[in-house]
Amino acid sequence: MSLINTQGLTKRYGAVVAVDGLTVDVEAGVTGLVGANGAGKSTLLKIFLGLLTATEGRATVLGLDVATKGPEIREHVGYMPEHDCLPPDVSATEFVVHMARMSGLPTTSARERTADILRHVGLYEERYRPMGDYSTGMRQRVKLAQALVHDPGLVLLDEPTNGLDPAGRDDMLELIRRIGTEFGISVIVTSHLLGELERVCDGIVVIDAGRLLRHSTTASVTATTPIVTIEIDGEQAALLGRLREAGVSVVSDGRLLHVDVGDEAAYDIVRDTVAGLGLGLVRLEQRRHRMSEIFTGRGADA
Amino acid sequence: MPETDDAPGTGAIHDIGYRHYDGPRLGASYIRRSLFLDTLRGAFGLGRSARSKVMPFLLLGVMVLPSVVIGIVAGYFGFDALPLGYTEYVFTLQVAVTIFLGSQSPVVISRDLRFQVAALYFSRPLSRQEYVQAKYAGMAAALFLLTAVPTTLLLAGALLAELPLADQLPDYLRAMAGCGLYALVLGGIGLVVAAMTPRRGLGVAAVVGVLLVLSGLQASVGALASEFGNDTFSGYTGLISPYTLVDGVVAGLLGAESTIDQAPPGTWGAIVYLTVALLLVVGCYAALVARFRKALS
Repeated sequence: MSLINTQGLTKRYGAVVAVDGLTVDVEAGVTGLVGANGAGKSTLLKIFLGLLTATEGRATVLGLDVATKGPEIREHVGYMPEHDCLPPDVSATEFVVHMARMSGLPTTSARERTADILRHVGLYEERYRPMGDYSTGMRQRVKLAQALVHDPGLVLLDEPTNGLDPAGRDDMLELIRRIGTEFGISVIVTSHLLGELERVCDGIVVIDAGRLLRHSTTASVTATTPIVTIEIDGEQAALLGRLREAGVSVVSDGRLLHVDVGDEAAYDIVRDTVAGLGLGLVRLEQRRHRMSEIFTGRGADA
Repeated sequence: MPETDDAPGTGAIHDIGYRHYDGPRLGASYIRRSLFLDTLRGAFGLGRSARSKVMPFLLLGVMVLPSVVIGIVAGYFGFDALPLGYTEYVFTLQVAVTIFLGSQSPVVISRDLRFQVAALYFSRPLSRQEYVQAKYAGMAAALFLLTAVPTTLLLAGALLAELPLADQLPDYLRAMAGCGLYALVLGGIGLVVAAMTPRRGLGVAAVVGVLLVLSGLQASVGALASEFGNDTFSGYTGLISPYTLVDGVVAGLLGAESTIDQAPPGTWGAIVYLTVALLLVVGCYAALVARFRKALS
């Protein structure tokens, strides 16, 4: 069963089109929803929660129709909004217990699950302090905890890395990866930064101005190419000449050389030539497509 | 790790990994009831910091103290009736009720708007209508406690002063019905006014201001009308302020003595009062639902 399925989904606010004829089928796992600010990511999440009614088209989440099964969907989906949503005068424990009960958990289970989930997101002693004193990183963890406390089948995370420093960003991405693998909960995570999502996502949906730009699995996006990047210690002009003489296609890119190794023999030629010239081979790396290329050349025809 | 290491009392924490929840998921009525109780507790500052308990309990004290004093005095001096009637009690202490409403309405409703917690409620099974129902009921229950507890203590005092129950009960029951209506009418007004601004201080000032202005307006228009001897018009001036409105319903419909001498004129007057009170409650509910529909979309 597909996790999310949309057919010609459209949402208009007057003359503004936030989502424009989106047809996409998302499988279970961690999926990134990428787009510039205002591309319609948050609108899409609210439609998935059954909070906004689509102008046209239809969508199902966990096999439930968003137009008619809103409450059932919200019982089994967790949502972490982009904006701040924590009252400062209660502790994380009290708040998450309350939110667990608001998802229908009996009080005893709500307490147990709160203790569990706060530990999983990495909040320890500070969970008994009022949340007004928390750092941005801790606040993001509580927001994540309240989205997970009722053990949903799917969590929708709206810009979870927003406002975090690089270390906090890494922690959050690692948590998201764990939610998908260790916890076995499917994740839809939005970001306007492709680079950070390609590290944790199984699939990527790229939208621009409410339209689907590309939908692919990370593996295919970042598939290997027949190009090997080499970096040498020393003058590269001689090497460049020798390689071209040997019939290897090579391009110079600053300190790096990109070599086409479509023919397996090219590896040996590169090694022998470098050794023959007495140069040091610093790096020999298979080049991968970067996901950012979706937005540049390769994405234009999608 | 061998089991022998798990001797009781060593307090080792084991990471047992993520556990799924397969227990019951209770439906909307459980969630609404939980939110109602949470709102009621929150209105008295329970489950919050010690500082947030000061105001509600101070005001509860202000409401309760006179009833206790009246009971003691009535018993000591052997009065044959209470010096302050059941149905007059809340009206007489309306300033305390107004301040309670002003200080606690923003606690009940504006927090969710100001800190955008509302988004988290609406991403859960509860609908906006059910959310508003729980909040409104919680606020009304808090106001009912604030007014019904002293009214009941008044009855207890009267019985301890050995006043006959048969004399006391009818008026006490009228007063309790009045407390219920006060709770619904005032709670609605307080929440609607507080929900208009996410800022707490502004909410407090606005709620207290609106009620004081309405009371003042009612008093002066009523006095003017009496001065000109127009009894019918003067009888309807009670519609201006929520306190005189509820007082009018209790007096006109349930036959209590009007606290102000401007009872609604006749049966029709009583019906008009009741209709206005009910419309006010329904209107406040509708306004709150509309407010929260706008809050997240």
